[in-house]
Amino acid sequence: MGRTLAEKVWDDHVVRRAEGEPDLLFIDLHLLHEVTSPQAFDGLRKSGRQVRRLDLTIATEDHNTPTLDIDKPIADPVSRVQLETLRKNCADFGVRLHPLGDVEQGVVHVVGPQLGLTQPGTTVVCGDSHTSTHGAFGALAFGIGTSQVEHVLATQTLPMARPKTMAITVDGELPEDVTAKDLILAIIARIGTGGGQGYVLEYRGPAIEKLSMEARMTICNMSIEAGARAGMIAPDETTFAYLEGRAHAPEGEDWDAAVAYWKTLRSDEDAVFDAEVVIDASELAPFVTWGTNPGQGAPLSASVPDPASYEDASERLAAENALKYMGLTAGQPLRDIKVDTVFVGSCTNGRIEDLRSAAGILDGRKVADGVRMLVVPGSVRVALQAVEEGLDKVFKEAGAEWRHAGCSMCLGMNPDQLAPGERSASTSNRNFEGRQGKGGRTHLVSPQVAAATAVLGHLASPADLSEAPATAGV
Amino acid sequence: MEAFTTHTGRAVPLRRSNVDTDQIIPAHWLKKVTRDGFEDGLFEAWRKDPEFVLNRPERQGATVLVAGPDFGTGSSREHAVWALQNYGFKAVISSRFADIFRGNSLKNGLLTVVLDQPTVDALWELTETDPQAEITVDLEAREVRAQGITAAFELDENARWRLLNGLDDISITLQNEADIAAYEAKRPSYKPRTLQV
Ligand code: SF4
Repeated sequence: MGRTLAEKVWDDHVVRRAEGEPDLLFIDLHLLHEVTSPQAFDGLRKSGRQVRRLDLTIATEDHNTPTLDIDKPIADPVSRVQLETLRKNCADFGVRLHPLGDVEQGVVHVVGPQLGLTQPGTTVVCGDSHTSTHGAFGALAFGIGTSQVEHVLATQTLPMARPKTMAITVDGELPEDVTAKDLILAIIARIGTGGGQGYVLEYRGPAIEKLSMEARMTICNMSIEAGARAGMIAPDETTFAYLEGRAHAPEGEDWDAAVAYWKTLRSDEDAVFDAEVVIDASELAPFVTWGTNPGQGAPLSASVPDPASYEDASERLAAENALKYMGLTAGQPLRDIKVDTVFVGSCTNGRIEDLRSAAGILDGRKVADGVRMLVVPGSVRVALQAVEEGLDKVFKEAGAEWRHAGCSMCLGMNPDQLAPGERSASTSNRNFEGRQGKGGRTHLVSPQVAAATAVLGHLASPADLSEAPATAGV
Repeated sequence: MEAFTTHTGRAVPLRRSNVDTDQIIPAHWLKKVTRDGFEDGLFEAWRKDPEFVLNRPERQGATVLVAGPDFGTGSSREHAVWALQNYGFKAVISSRFADIFRGNSLKNGLLTVVLDQPTVDALWELTETDPQAEITVDLEAREVRAQGITAAFELDENARWRLLNGLDDISITLQNEADIAAYEAKRPSYKPRTLQV
């Protein structure tokens, strides 16, 4: 019988398989950051262990790093201690680190792919749930907890139970104004925040094959928001073209051997998935969330749903709680929701394409009065590229703040936070209560919707910007 | 890791679904570099409300959390498990857990028990009516018992064995050193390396 993509990659990494035990999997790439690693290094020290494979391990600083005044000492003493702890741990154990100020610094899931370290058919782990991002390359990539971080540091392996597989086939073509972010938000609304539990999702079909690597990463990134273990997309020419020439991509004969292997990484025709979902891309529209979990979303043209319309009691209660927290009333058109803040960034939408599309809409327009817009590139490299293309100028001229790379307001561990009651349109991945700051209210959106929302001051898509920008035709 | 065989204690009924890890322990607590001292961060935002179930005097000293479906969704932060343990919880019961949270809890000896929703409903009713009611989580018998309720639960044999014996995963894996070395020896040369180029 044929095998799925996930099964192929899995099988290629089994170090040991024994009856009644989880498989022991080899890990090709271990990404570290400051938040989930300190207790793991502590554990190594206590048991007198070393990092087994320094050549498969890399660290960056992202969650706590400020996006302003990065040359000054970090103001928050607790954040500073955490970054200093990572620096000390990396120095003590010999781990390659890209600290704040380094040209390769950035959000860990932006850095791995751009260095060419994330490759098809590899296993990638990180103490961070959005490790699923790397699945866009046909890698099997999953988030792990700190105990597992220690396990991988010490052994370069992980004991894991074999996950089930789910195919998400996206037929048809995405309408012109619909992005990867809208697609994944619609998928999560459809299957629910628990719908992917226990599964590795494989996104496939004509609409997926057309997507750029950046867009594929946006999709795989949010697999975890559907509860999935990981998300994957089979590698193809788009993947190979993205990788070729990157710092850590194979070269010469190795490149040829790698590509030959990568081409085998597709689900066989007769492979059987444990579950299948089919989506028609042509029916989709710009999508936003109204609630406090990423499954609580709707097309922008819809209204805030009435909790009474839910049959399931716990869903009804969740919707009631969400509306209360979000300060919304049932039946209110989503387009009428006014925001105070717009955040463009994160490992979901902080890559160069995302910045280009937001800038494309802002060009010649202004951020609405009373709206604060933060643009935070996913990495220093993304920032440099954006500057080279003049995107930073577009943002600044529109009245947005152009910041240094990092996680920033995606989770507000640094000073970039919403004040209580403040409302944001955010290109990040989680609209949980307080995620962007205590009492803050988050609407998840695509970069295009974020930019249009910034201009109009309420949730909006580019199609709502009827007037041509001021500079048009100049 | 401490071994888990059986535990009996009073419960906290938490009638909420989709309790994500940002609610269990907000991000600003994640700046700590230790595994302890997270108890005050547990459900921090909800605890500001004096009526929140954890704040009720009759719930003090409770050790079993009975939660709604999809408990522990969201981030991979193991701090969520440490916070529950630091606070004093020994077991969490729900009809569905997020995968990473469940994995993390079992690695730390916090038992996560999956029961069907009608049984969870019954436990909620029991412990809301009688806050003194005790729940027994018996890993040896793979059974949850409370007044009028006996429910079997599943847990894969390997995870159960590790929990019952309080075994450390890393030592178990290192017994397979030869397998790891053999695998490493045959890895293709095109596989990525992080060493600076
Ligand atoms: S950008 Fe947000 S989701 Fe991504 S790693 Fe940083 S905090 Fe996590």
